[in-house]
Amino acid sequence: MTEAGRIVVVGAGHNGLACAAYLARAGREVLVIEASHQVGGMAVTRELVRGFRVPAVAHLLHLLDPALVGELGLEGHGFALARRALKTVALDEGGQHLVLDGERVERGAVSEADRSAYAAFAARMRRLAGVLARQHGRVPPRLAWSRWLDALPAAQLALDIRRLGREDMREFLRIVTMPIHDLLEESFAAPLLKGAIALDAVLGTRLGPRSGNTVLSYLHRLSGGPLSLARGGPGALSEALASAARAAGAEIRLSAPVASLLLKEGTVCGVRLESGEEIAAVTVVSNADPKTTFNRLLGARHLEAEFARRVHHLRAIGTAAKLNLALNGTPEFRGLETGELGERLLIAPDSHYVDDAFNGAKYRDCSRAPAVEITVPSVADPELAPAGKHVLSAIVQYAPSDLAGGWDARRDEFRDRVLELLELYAPGLRRQVVAAELLTPLDLERQFRASGGHWHHAELSLDQFMMLRPVPGAAQYATPVAGLYLCGAGCHPGGGVIGAAGRNAARVILEGAPA
Amino acid sequence: MRAPRDHYLQVVHYTPFHSRTAAANALNLWHRWRDYTVADAYFDVSLEYTALRNACAVFDLSPMTKHRITGADALPFLNRLVTRDVGKIRAGRVGYCVWCDDRGQVIDDGTLFHLGENDYRLCSQERQLDWLMTSALGFDVGIREETAEVAALALQGPTSCAVLRDLGLDGIATLAPFAMRSHQFHGTELVVSRTGFTGDLGYELWVAPSHAERLWDRLFEAGEVHGLKPMGTHALEMSRIEAGYIQAGVDFLPADRAIRTDRTRSPFELDLAWLVDFGKPNFTGRRALLEEQRRGSRYRLVRLDVEGNKPARDAYIYDEKRNVVGTVTCSMWSPMAKRSIALASLALPAGARDEGLWAEIYYQKELKWSRVNARCRVVKGGFFDPSRRRQVPAPER
Repeated sequence: MTEAGRIVVVGAGHNGLACAAYLARAGREVLVIEASHQVGGMAVTRELVRGFRVPAVAHLLHLLDPALVGELGLEGHGFALARRALKTVALDEGGQHLVLDGERVERGAVSEADRSAYAAFAARMRRLAGVLARQHGRVPPRLAWSRWLDALPAAQLALDIRRLGREDMREFLRIVTMPIHDLLEESFAAPLLKGAIALDAVLGTRLGPRSGNTVLSYLHRLSGGPLSLARGGPGALSEALASAARAAGAEIRLSAPVASLLLKEGTVCGVRLESGEEIAAVTVVSNADPKTTFNRLLGARHLEAEFARRVHHLRAIGTAAKLNLALNGTPEFRGLETGELGERLLIAPDSHYVDDAFNGAKYRDCSRAPAVEITVPSVADPELAPAGKHVLSAIVQYAPSDLAGGWDARRDEFRDRVLELLELYAPGLRRQVVAAELLTPLDLERQFRASGGHWHHAELSLDQFMMLRPVPGAAQYATPVAGLYLCGAGCHPGGGVIGAAGRNAARVILEGAPA
Repeated sequence: MRAPRDHYLQVVHYTPFHSRTAAANALNLWHRWRDYTVADAYFDVSLEYTALRNACAVFDLSPMTKHRITGADALPFLNRLVTRDVGKIRAGRVGYCVWCDDRGQVIDDGTLFHLGENDYRLCSQERQLDWLMTSALGFDVGIREETAEVAALALQGPTSCAVLRDLGLDGIATLAPFAMRSHQFHGTELVVSRTGFTGDLGYELWVAPSHAERLWDRLFEAGEVHGLKPMGTHALEMSRIEAGYIQAGVDFLPADRAIRTDRTRSPFELDLAWLVDFGKPNFTGRRALLEEQRRGSRYRLVRLDVEGNKPARDAYIYDEKRNVVGTVTCSMWSPMAKRSIALASLALPAGARDEGLWAEIYYQKELKWSRVNARCRVVKGGFFDPSRRRQVPAPER
């Protein structure tokens, strides 16, 4: 045991593992405790049916912090990409698809004006998203500071925005709180183009294209690198992180759900497992979502009242479901050219379509015609399925966790609805299905212990962003409770497989910063 | 009866004693206290005050906001809410407490009645239901506002014990300060607590509204020979300043109403350090108060004996170098102390010294304004503190 004492990380999601790896590399004694029998949390590859392995929840790695890969030497621990820089295919029911390759419209029935507008739009969005990308590796600024030193991060953020130059800065400030729909109406004519961007802006959120600050969530989605697939699925990344953590000396215990945090005189001093076992620690880092951490593991009574209220009001109602299919052949999407099956396919023919899909979610209903993001990872990574067969991984919106009537009663109905929708674009797909799994937000909550089944642990919107994420008072990874830190997607920089929250939290812990 | 949440449907409220207070209010002076109609004064402020200090006086306390807190987590809930250790307030006892926001700034003060196991009543000047509900997240407690369900009178002054004895409350003299006891009164329960806001011997009486008028009538029958008079808020205000007690909205701004963050006060800044128990692992404001203890407070509350006879109303307080170090929050000529007295809030560290303080007093005589600089002396404790206040058994005459 090192002199500084043991650090327990609750949850072996990618952030928890990253945090553990950094802490262990700094010489700290680290124990990661995970409820599931495998590491990775929602970045995990699971066997759907014998011979078919599928990204259970997250499937694309566009946001992964490159610092992590380099600093932790993840490639030496088995991490590799199966495919880099996927194109985006906005599916058209009639087969007149639109293919986007980076900042270029590769093919599709769009006007010259739209093509050049898209090039300019995409380039600008990349520059603006760069401001957010630069914040990923930083601890967010404090809203109130007592020392001038605390004002530095805020000044840094302001400087980043200013350095965009006059035009871009003005545009950034003009559009950042806008609904993406309005920005798209300003910019393009082609419905497919608008639909594709609209879906990217709202994927994983409880927002529709006409909701405020969906330009921000779009920029957040762009604040990484190109769309990529890990070889072996996202679970392989988690395994590599776990391997890096272990190599640095961290211990990882699986199948050991944590029941509660232990407190001594107001200071967190360990965890109690559901088995009853107690594990002492000088520091506990929670990779669980903020509501689970504060309300279930700690107990709101151990917080001060205003902070407890903020946590209570943190919005985390998941609306994204996940459909995983094992197919006994190659799915045939109408109008898709050779090789395009391995790209990212979107069912979002129009921004209005996505907004229509969202409407019901406001009133606890699921979409009649959902918007879908599809990958067929077995195209680039044949090991995921037997030869000649495939796995299909689809994020489906909207499926609100608070569905009227409850998911247990309506899961199959929604799964069939999505299959029917896919059938429209890929006739014959349903006959190819060997196994199908629909994970609703309720299932995500049950299987991955995320409050409200929210992919991002907490809604991604301006009022829960950066220095407001998850809530003021815990936005710098330290919490008001001595000895307790957060390191999950509920913190800056938020959801998506980024890993920066874990990395930042480790730095804060090593610096010994209190909340 | 309407649910508390529907109180707004009725714009003006009357207390259960209104038929009696209206009949007694020769001056027809009223004001609004939490929507209730209460008397400023009944016949003469000075005489009401004189009755209070030399015989006894009764004050209609019904508008005081009363919250009932019950349930298995009542004690842990209250310990998280207020700064003091509620576990030390035994059943049948009453405790004065303050509660803070997360910044350690006082939201309100009040009295907490430990009625029985897992059963408490919290009385405060301000409505606190919203804050209590917020604070209840994660606790198994029931919280109810019961202001309209309990009629209350304060019976205060040297002959108050004698009045209650003559009302037929056996053994009332043995009731200790901050204790309460239940009596039978015409077929209903009358709870008497030895509490008050006057700094003197006194009691507060709690009864069902249905028995309010009868209680008033019986009290005045029993009190006639003991000099009992009704008293309004003006006389009460005089007595509480003499006692050195603070008042929300006067001596401190409730933190939930403040817009400017530097206008609020912590318990330390209100001379209430004795109410803060850091032995408790968690209460709202604890972290901020620990930090304040480490860094030092921004203000301090002082009780001032002001030279001369002019009340130092709203006066600036200066140090020897004529720098403003604070302001008076309340002041009066104290007939009992025979001095001009004031409570003042002084900024720190400028106002850290007790010596060399001056009040700049503006006063008016027949529309002509004058100014005087009066030397101030810092007084520890209240300005008026008779031993009968603590005496057990209480003097019965």
